Amino acid sequence: MWIYEKKLQYPVRVSKCDPRMAKFLIEQYGGADGELAAALRYLNQRYSIPDKVIGLLTDIGTEEFAHLEMIATMVYKLTKDATPEQLRDAGLGEHFADHSWALHYHNAAGHPFTVTYIQAKGDPIADLYEDIAAEEKARATYQWLIDMTDDPDLQDGLKFLREREVVHSLRFREAVEILKQYNEEKKIF
Amino acid sequence: MTKLVPKEYEQLMQELQALDFVLVELTLYLDTHPDDEQALAEFGQFARRRAAVAHQFESRFGPLLEFGRGPAPARWTWCEGPWPWQV
Repeated sequence: MWIYEKKLQYPVRVSKCDPRMAKFLIEQYGGADGELAAALRYLNQRYSIPDKVIGLLTDIGTEEFAHLEMIATMVYKLTKDATPEQLRDAGLGEHFADHSWALHYHNAAGHPFTVTYIQAKGDPIADLYEDIAAEEKARATYQWLIDMTDDPDLQDGLKFLREREVVHSLRFREAVEILKQYNEEKKIF
Repeated sequence: MTKLVPKEYEQLMQELQALDFVLVELTLYLDTHPDDEQALAEFGQFARRRAAVAHQFESRFGPLLEFGRGPAPARWTWCEGPWPWQV
């Protein structure tokens, strides 16, 4: 089970109302390499992965939900004071017609989240390589997002998230090595 | 809705976030290096410091966790804000 903690993992500040950036940031909310996809991907893999890496998948999967909440907070803060006209001018007219100021799980281009973004092969190496790729793709997306804003407060939160992708990728690479070693040991009688 | 919070809320929250950063890092590290005794000792140290700061925060600003995971409340304040995205 999970217990909610009433705090963000890292402070989220923005220095201005910027619905245009919110439109781009939603990529990491409901996009293919976003935080929702990451959490669902890792937590779902736990049931068929060797015991040695279940703890890691559980803890990284859980941290992804904390990141999802940070992205949601960024989008909320960037849009909450925007008028419908400002949202329309920022390219969020279609979003506003359906969702008003509500968040929704879709990517920057407006495509709704789909579970086909993630896979589950039940092969530990195949699954962990997917996880490493997902972290690297998310890291790249965070870099593009940082490059598109001049808001130092927003950049600070995004840089934190970018660095977490680097750490997760490193831990998943170690998990691959642990499993390779484990497989070699099993062959010695 | 954005809510104004006292300076102490921000200070204690930031302290908590900093300690939790160390604990999350050590948790993931220990998941792949469970035999590292130095990391385990650091985890214990930071967990104790974290508990003290969390207690300080909760006594001023209400529970961080509910479902009975903290001290028994005299009054139910869990459902009151500010929520994390409102500060």
